[in-house]
Amino acid sequence: MSATPEQFAATGTLDVEALRAEFPALHQEINGHPLIYLDSAASAQRPAVVIDAIADYYRHDHANVHRGVHTLSDRATRAFEAARERVAGFINAAATHEVIWTRGTTEAINLVAQSHLRPRIGPGDEILVTWMEHHSNIVPWQLVCEQTGARLVAAPVTDAGEIDMAAFERLLGPQTRLVAVNHVSNALGTINPVARIVELAHAHDAPVLVDGAQAAPHLQVDVQALGCDFYAFSGHKVFGPTGIGVLWGRETLLDAMPPWHGGGEMIREVSFDGSTWNELPFKFEAGTPHIAGAVGLAAALEWLEHQDRTALAAHEADLLAHATHTLSEFEGLRIVGTAPHKASVVSFVFNDIHAHDIGTILDHEGVAIRTGHHCTMPLLRHYGLAATARASFSVYNTRAEIDRLAAALAKALTLFR
Amino acid sequence: MDRLQQLYREVILEHSRRPRNFRRLHAPARCADGINQLCGDRLRLCVNGDGARIDEAAFEGAGCAISIASASLLTEAVAGRTCDDALALADRLEQALSGTAPEDLGALEALCGVRAFPTRIRCATLAWRALRAALHGETRPVSTERAPNTPDTRTWTKTSHDVRPDQ
Repeated sequence: MSATPEQFAATGTLDVEALRAEFPALHQEINGHPLIYLDSAASAQRPAVVIDAIADYYRHDHANVHRGVHTLSDRATRAFEAARERVAGFINAAATHEVIWTRGTTEAINLVAQSHLRPRIGPGDEILVTWMEHHSNIVPWQLVCEQTGARLVAAPVTDAGEIDMAAFERLLGPQTRLVAVNHVSNALGTINPVARIVELAHAHDAPVLVDGAQAAPHLQVDVQALGCDFYAFSGHKVFGPTGIGVLWGRETLLDAMPPWHGGGEMIREVSFDGSTWNELPFKFEAGTPHIAGAVGLAAALEWLEHQDRTALAAHEADLLAHATHTLSEFEGLRIVGTAPHKASVVSFVFNDIHAHDIGTILDHEGVAIRTGHHCTMPLLRHYGLAATARASFSVYNTRAEIDRLAAALAKALTLFR
Repeated sequence: MDRLQQLYREVILEHSRRPRNFRRLHAPARCADGINQLCGDRLRLCVNGDGARIDEAAFEGAGCAISIASASLLTEAVAGRTCDDALALADRLEQALSGTAPEDLGALEALCGVRAFPTRIRCATLAWRALRAALHGETRPVSTERAPNTPDTRTWTKTSHDVRPDQ
């Protein structure tokens, strides 16, 4: 680690208590204890401004978007399209119409799999992923492979939880038709060298899709600097609503892709002789969209952009360092994922206590963590594990909460040992 | 005793630390795999018998304290029972755990602390789902997400679903 926890604490300028006050769900008791929410990698909590933005939208501005001439429809359309602009700015997209609304990261990846990749590949072609992908960045490609006869190939991961870049490079070739990789691992916390991966893939003319679900809440994402071709993320992990997410894609690639879902909004003209498709981004947005979700996500991104993001990152780094140090003190505890470059996620296992038993005991103490395979079964199998306990930290967590996590773990050990 | 101590009673912890009949049974034993969708844990439960009565039961696999203890208790509870009787016991246990039947379970009552932890009930029922599958000759692994089987016959024949090693 480049800095000690004390050093981070000394440089921190964040008023965490004031920030916590903005998140209503954090202020409650669970099983007679104050809630300690350490499951933000699964889904973050929302600040009140997001909840209010959604409620205000429904109270005052709701109507269906586009093509309405009445005032409410105009308001809803403006809010919806302003949200798209907010997203474009958040990820530094070259153009707002490169931002496609989806239900989440999963749907975004499926869209690319079916619309971009499926028409272009066949037997002999390969899709390259890594062992540390979420099932959402594995299964959509497996479906395409079944449909086309292409093959899914996975680059190995080191014991520390980093992509084995030498092996990754060896697996790339003219047969590689797409590389799909996570920006930050949900199970390990590893921050992957996406820019380098893009450089290597592009040398073989393979486009790169980045699963940014875990990166968006922690990193300042710049799709142009990364050089990737597609970037996907979900609203609910970045303090926004569930059911809304984003696919960003390069305009040239999106333009060349056929529509995925048919329906209203995505057409220019329909007749029984055939239909013509709407322009970007609407070509990929059949049906009435999740307008309130887009509005809520925009409020979340606005909230995040108004924070001192450098201070947030320093605070998260401090939490990660403190948690890593604190958990390492436990006898028989092993941290899974020890890459030097990590987001604030700590996966761990005890040699003699199953993750679910840990999870239940912690919940009894008001501490919410996630236990299980984290939708990364191939990765855990590689480590010889079926399940881990995972504590994931967000900007609203504190060192004191990590100490409470440790106290709850100590209680679990007393019970079991 | 608080909720947590009710769940992790000494008998549960003891069975999870030293599970009984934790071994593989070879053909012609009937085996079935149970998968806990919650965590990916997988148990294989095997029974030996004459088709009507269970002589011995054993299991292998990995899991939490509740699922291991439940499987361990199962192997002791069903040995010597008829298949009908064992399946009826499985029904009674599931009903007791979901709170729809009174507890009358003997040693298995130790599992009833799980009732206060709805997310963990499937840990306690995993081995019992596998038992049903083994007795019914199911070839697919059973999941804790599926409703328990309610077939019209409660015997198994030696011709179906023999043990396949290292499946």
